[in-house]
Amino acid sequence: MKIVVLIKQVPATDKVKMDEESGTMIRDGVESEVNPLDLYAVEEAVRIKERIGNGVEIHVISMGPKKAEEALRSAIALGCDRAYLLSDRKFAGSDTWVTAYTLSAAIRKIVGDFDLILCGERATDGETGQVGPEVGAYLDLPILTYVSKIETLQDRKIIAQRAVEGGHEVVESPLPVLISVVKEINTPRMPNFSGKMKAKKAEIPVLTAEDIGADEARLGLKGSPTRVVKIFRPQVARKGTVVSCVGNLQGAVDGLVDFLEEKAMI
Amino acid sequence: MKERDYSQYKGVWVIGEVREGQIHAVSYELLAWGRGLADALAVDLAIVVLGKDIKDKVDELISRGADKVYVIDHPELEHFRVDPYSNILTALIEEYKPEVLIASATTMGRTLMPVLAVKLDAGLTADCTGLEIDPEERLLIQTRPAVGGNIMATIKTPVLRPQMATVRPKSKRPLPPDPGRKGEIILKEFGPEWLTSRVRRLDFIKEESEGAPIQDAECIVAFGKGLKDGRHVQLMQDLARIFEGSLGASRNATDLGWIPYSHQVGLSGKTVSPRLYFAFGISGAVQHLAGMSSAETIIAVNSDPEANIFNVADYGLVGDLFEVVPLLISRLKEKGKEA
Ligand SMILES: Cc1cc2nc3c(=O)[nH]c(=O)nc-3n(C[C@H](O)[C@H](O)[C@H](O)COP(=O)(O)OP(=O)(O)OC[C@H]3O[C@@H](n4cnc5c(N)ncnc54)[C@H](O)[C@@H]3O)c2cc1C
Ligand SMILES: Nc1ncnc2c1ncn2[C@@H]1O[C@H](COP(=O)(O)O)[C@@H](O)[C@H]1O
Repeated sequence: MKIVVLIKQVPATDKVKMDEESGTMIRDGVESEVNPLDLYAVEEAVRIKERIGNGVEIHVISMGPKKAEEALRSAIALGCDRAYLLSDRKFAGSDTWVTAYTLSAAIRKIVGDFDLILCGERATDGETGQVGPEVGAYLDLPILTYVSKIETLQDRKIIAQRAVEGGHEVVESPLPVLISVVKEINTPRMPNFSGKMKAKKAEIPVLTAEDIGADEARLGLKGSPTRVVKIFRPQVARKGTVVSCVGNLQGAVDGLVDFLEEKAMI
Repeated sequence: MKERDYSQYKGVWVIGEVREGQIHAVSYELLAWGRGLADALAVDLAIVVLGKDIKDKVDELISRGADKVYVIDHPELEHFRVDPYSNILTALIEEYKPEVLIASATTMGRTLMPVLAVKLDAGLTADCTGLEIDPEERLLIQTRPAVGGNIMATIKTPVLRPQMATVRPKSKRPLPPDPGRKGEIILKEFGPEWLTSRVRRLDFIKEESEGAPIQDAECIVAFGKGLKDGRHVQLMQDLARIFEGSLGASRNATDLGWIPYSHQVGLSGKTVSPRLYFAFGISGAVQHLAGMSSAETIIAVNSDPEANIFNVADYGLVGDLFEVVPLLISRLKEKGKEA
């Protein structure tokens, strides 16, 4: 069985710094990490491999700058077998649609036949959650989003639960299938020593647009149907009232009740 | 990219949602979004709904803003499944050629729209909080938060059609119904080859919790680690009940197992925009704010006057939630009696 995991390297969210004047993100010196929600996809792949044992191979793919190789090494440290980095100036500025096109071209070319593609629910930087289902659509796969549990995986079939509004939907799909997972699915492990050694030594091929045989007109900023025309800083601070309850509990709570009435909330 | 003629693309379409056999409220929110856009473009607003036994339930879609309602009513369409929904919608959109296509950023919209974007060869912007029309270019201006709410991005789709976006549930109020509004209901038929699905739905495990799913809730009573113990969730529930609200939680509170993960608000949880959001004992980490800062009104109670949550609160109380909440509940109950 061949499993493909898609991971993205993102700026560590709690370290994001903004240039207050220009309203842009300061990228210099900001640490990067594996998109936290992709670690659940990696973990689930590794668990499947541990459960089924021999014959399961996990291929992890990321598109990004050279530096994204670090993310791929950490996936190997966690138990993935092979990693590929898609990196080319021609990929720069891709929106989700083009990212998904590029990833699916790479999957076709380098992995060939596969049984399962796992990805995260969304990336913490772009936060679109679109890339997974778009890859599924490009590859014409059945798609299971928001998967919170894999119940069974046998006889070329998967039964899984999807966390949707109001509960969990139990669904069955043939393989191959694309799955995006939510945090509920597992608790990701930390890498162990032998994993780290393996990661250090792993060869990670860097693939270009040409290597994956992609149509250049569909790549990067040029190929992207959507355009970011402006970036600005949201007004987060509200001009709210803050009241202390110290020695004034009754007054503070009454004030709150009045406020709620004023806002027609009660 | 393919050179295609998009000059025939005209009109605004929204994709309605049916849950448990009923038109879901996000459909009316979408009509409110779509009405504004259609008026700005001086075109018709259409809504398309797929479901089972729904054709007699669509009148309100007209009274709340639709000019046209396309209905595909079939037992096989009772629940959202990617294959039949995306095949049918692709065919309809290629037939009617709307210039704008909007869905809600629910689990359905967020699954369906990316698939449609690929099938239709069109661009898609996720989870918008603002949509407008640029009057000169007649383009859809899409605004969405990114990077954990640290930035807002304004996005356009200059060439391809339709211009597609999902909008955050609860980010707009439905229009009041106008019983005099006129509109057209169009029933569309699709044969069995359109209705097959590779994915089968075997079962649905309903979550036993009071209140609506948090993405749909008008009021959310959220708590963090400051609640100290899972036993105290009951106190939160008591307050939520008064507002007919739902319970939300910080990651720390879900990690401690006080409440299922489906209630987590924030970067690795749900993004919510209720009318009223209470934050009890939540410090206000950026990752939490990413999920709730677009709420209409935010009330925060925290014992630490320096807590970051106060920076986004409309009304903040520095105090012990175990003193504030019981008193608040009794005050509200008194009000209830008065009313
Ligand atoms: C990649 C990533 C993703 C994340 N995603 C999320 C997410 O989706 N959602 C999320 O919430 N967090 C998320 N986090 C975690 C986030 O950074 C914070 O750690 C978390 O939100 C803190 O939860 P808290 O406010 O409940 O706990 P704490 O930060 O411990 O705050 C508890 C608060 O309770 C107050 N308090 C204590 N006792 C009382 C009392 N008696 N009365 C009133 N107030 C009291 C304290 O003053 C304090 O402010 C994420 C972090 C990372 C790195
Ligand atoms: N550049 C990328 N390289 C590899 N996988 C990606 C990339 N971008 C997104 N993904 C995958 O798609 C998921 C959704 O991402 P997004 O649509 O950007 O929120 C992520 O959790 C990843 O699994």
